[in-house]
Amino acid sequence: MKLSQLEPGQAGVIKEFTDLEMSVKLMEMGCLPGESIVVERLAPLGDPMAITVSGYQLSLRMREASTIILQ
Amino acid sequence: MNGDLKVALIGNPNSGKSTLFNVLTGLNQKIGNFPGVTVDKKTGYSKLPDQRSAQIIDFPGTYSLYPKSKDELIVVEALAHKKSPVHPDLIVFVADASNLKRNLLLYTQVADLKIPIIIALNMMDLAKRSGIEISVDALSKKLGVPVVPISARKQEGIEQLKEAISYAGKIPLQNDCIEVEALAPELVQKIRSELQVDLPYVALQLAHQHESLSFLDPHESDRVEEIEQEFSFHSQKVQAAETIARYHFINEVLFDTVKIKTGAKQESHSNQIDKILTHKVFGFLIFFAILFFIFQSIFSWSEYPMSLIEQLFVWMGNTAHQFLPAGVLTDLLVDGILAGLSGVLVFIPQIAILFAFLSILEDTGYMSRVTFMFDKIMRKVGLSGKSIIPMIGGFACAVPSIMSTRNIENWKDRMITIMVTPLIACSARLPIYTLLISLVVPANKVWGFISLQGLALMAMYVLSIVSAIVVAWVMKHILKARERGYFIMELPVYRMPRWNNVLLTMYEKVKTFVLQAGKVIIAVSVVLWVLASYGPPGRFERIEKQYQSTEYIQKYTSHELDQLTASAKLENSFAGVLGKSIEPVIKPLGFDWKIGIALVTSFAAREVFVGTMATLYSVDGDDSDMTSVRAKMQNIRNAETGELVFTPAVAFSLMIFYAFAMQCMSTVATVFRETKHWKWPTIQFVYMSGLAYLFSLLVYHLLK
Repeated sequence: MKLSQLEPGQAGVIKEFTDLEMSVKLMEMGCLPGESIVVERLAPLGDPMAITVSGYQLSLRMREASTIILQ
Repeated sequence: MNGDLKVALIGNPNSGKSTLFNVLTGLNQKIGNFPGVTVDKKTGYSKLPDQRSAQIIDFPGTYSLYPKSKDELIVVEALAHKKSPVHPDLIVFVADASNLKRNLLLYTQVADLKIPIIIALNMMDLAKRSGIEISVDALSKKLGVPVVPISARKQEGIEQLKEAISYAGKIPLQNDCIEVEALAPELVQKIRSELQVDLPYVALQLAHQHESLSFLDPHESDRVEEIEQEFSFHSQKVQAAETIARYHFINEVLFDTVKIKTGAKQESHSNQIDKILTHKVFGFLIFFAILFFIFQSIFSWSEYPMSLIEQLFVWMGNTAHQFLPAGVLTDLLVDGILAGLSGVLVFIPQIAILFAFLSILEDTGYMSRVTFMFDKIMRKVGLSGKSIIPMIGGFACAVPSIMSTRNIENWKDRMITIMVTPLIACSARLPIYTLLISLVVPANKVWGFISLQGLALMAMYVLSIVSAIVVAWVMKHILKARERGYFIMELPVYRMPRWNNVLLTMYEKVKTFVLQAGKVIIAVSVVLWVLASYGPPGRFERIEKQYQSTEYIQKYTSHELDQLTASAKLENSFAGVLGKSIEPVIKPLGFDWKIGIALVTSFAAREVFVGTMATLYSVDGDDSDMTSVRAKMQNIRNAETGELVFTPAVAFSLMIFYAFAMQCMSTVATVFRETKHWKWPTIQFVYMSGLAYLFSLLVYHLLK
């Protein structure tokens, strides 16, 4: 399952990434394999999304969220 | 003053680094550039308890040593290169205690560059409130460096931090964070021996970033490239492995030094605010309400100081004329330099107010929510969520707005934003629009309440938005992206704005504007003054003779004569000659040579148009008195054909021209400063002038 498929309020744990370049940037921001993610909300127009990860809030576009595979 | 000790402030964005910088240095700071690049470098001095003085350098905030923008590259360039003029003796690493894990990633990278380092653990109060307990001594022992808990906003722990700075030795004490060699053993070994690099992590950084680091010469960079190919080094894979290794280390460090109680209060507090501020309906409503308030303030609050500045310069001009001997030098001083200076300084209130609001929105964390809400719409036309703020600011003035595009990391997004912002109807266009609309649009009301004139003005504003969006969309397809666009952005928790920070931002932006754009504007004003006050030899003498002849003296009062002389002189000046010589070009747009003169004189600043019209038609009173200009212009007829000059076709054609044309030297100068290349202002000038001509032509012929 991809992160982009989660609804607001749902949670998941990061398993792996489908895009190497994006994964480097995401990991720098604390999105690591094994880290749990909560989808807090979507932007009013449905994209991007806001998640809580590593104790803070991060926003990312759906396209970027779709490169994160959850356990 | 050079300081006994060079201290670099390094940390994540939103870690409170700038607040700490302000607290450490007070107002004792200055902004310059980092060597060779255009990134703002803030330096200041701080007195240490042992009476030594420390030079504090504020580096751009970054999440990692692998830069996402040009600003961030400076961090690795300064820290990895020992001979860099900004290479520090000591690093104060500012870490957000409420978000330690992600903050420590950059710490472990910086620590491996083996420069003496101290951790300033900021926002301890915030961490405590969200149930995070940090054992400072254990953390310090595990990392091998001094850790000083502080709260920069409340100015707590600052003395202890200064003490730690003064005690810091010259030898780095930090423990190794990861085994760098293990990531690419042979490659690191070979780079170290061939390029004489001591540190394994510097060698690895060279491998990753040799193409962008300015301190490597081309020969060295090529050699690194060869070594990479020899060992088939895959930069992104190694970087991913490094990041994972570093987080392993961090997890081990944090495992028994940080305790998190569940039910974090601060976070949910911020979440609740977000539920309203980024709500589907209220989110947009609140945003537009804030916007409305900002515009009202920019117009109403700046009105008084602006007229004060203008009056001051009028007074200075009059005084100068009174006390200085009449002559060319006095005229140059008053009508060239003082007028130019007034044109620069009059923008200060608007710039100050706009930046005060922007800095409050940024400081509270609201700005990143605006970006979050608008990203999807903006992306469709080739912009990013971060473009919304500069474009809205464009309604006030393009100059500060273009200055505020700096926080757009993506190069293409930023360039497009800079290119289209001057299309937005700025406040300098307002006097032109109101004058021309009142000339040709009847003051009737439709259905009793919709004013036709108001409707026409609104149409001009809507046109500006539409044109900006269309041009952005076109540029999206022309400009080549330098990097893949992405939008991974921290949403910081809501906080109260720091008022002294707001004041400092205002002061800095105003200073930058006056010093940078001011030079160009004054230079151009002086040139325009020369063009408008001198003419081909002999012409001015003839005019003076003509109007001093008895025939005129009997017919007119001396005041009227002065006006007639001024008008005739302008007509025969170089600007007038220029206006006449461009007449064939502008005739298809419906403009005569007098409008041509106004186009020439308002080349540096649009608002000059009204003033020039006043001079040209010898109107009594000062430039800002629009009713008299309007009355005069309404009845002007073409000397040859006897037709009215300002027909609706001409007036609308002229408005369209001003809507598109880049008649603003301050903007050109700012775009040059922000892009550091004449290419961009040139392209902008050409495309905007082209559109102006094309659409004026179209409108004139449709309405004629």
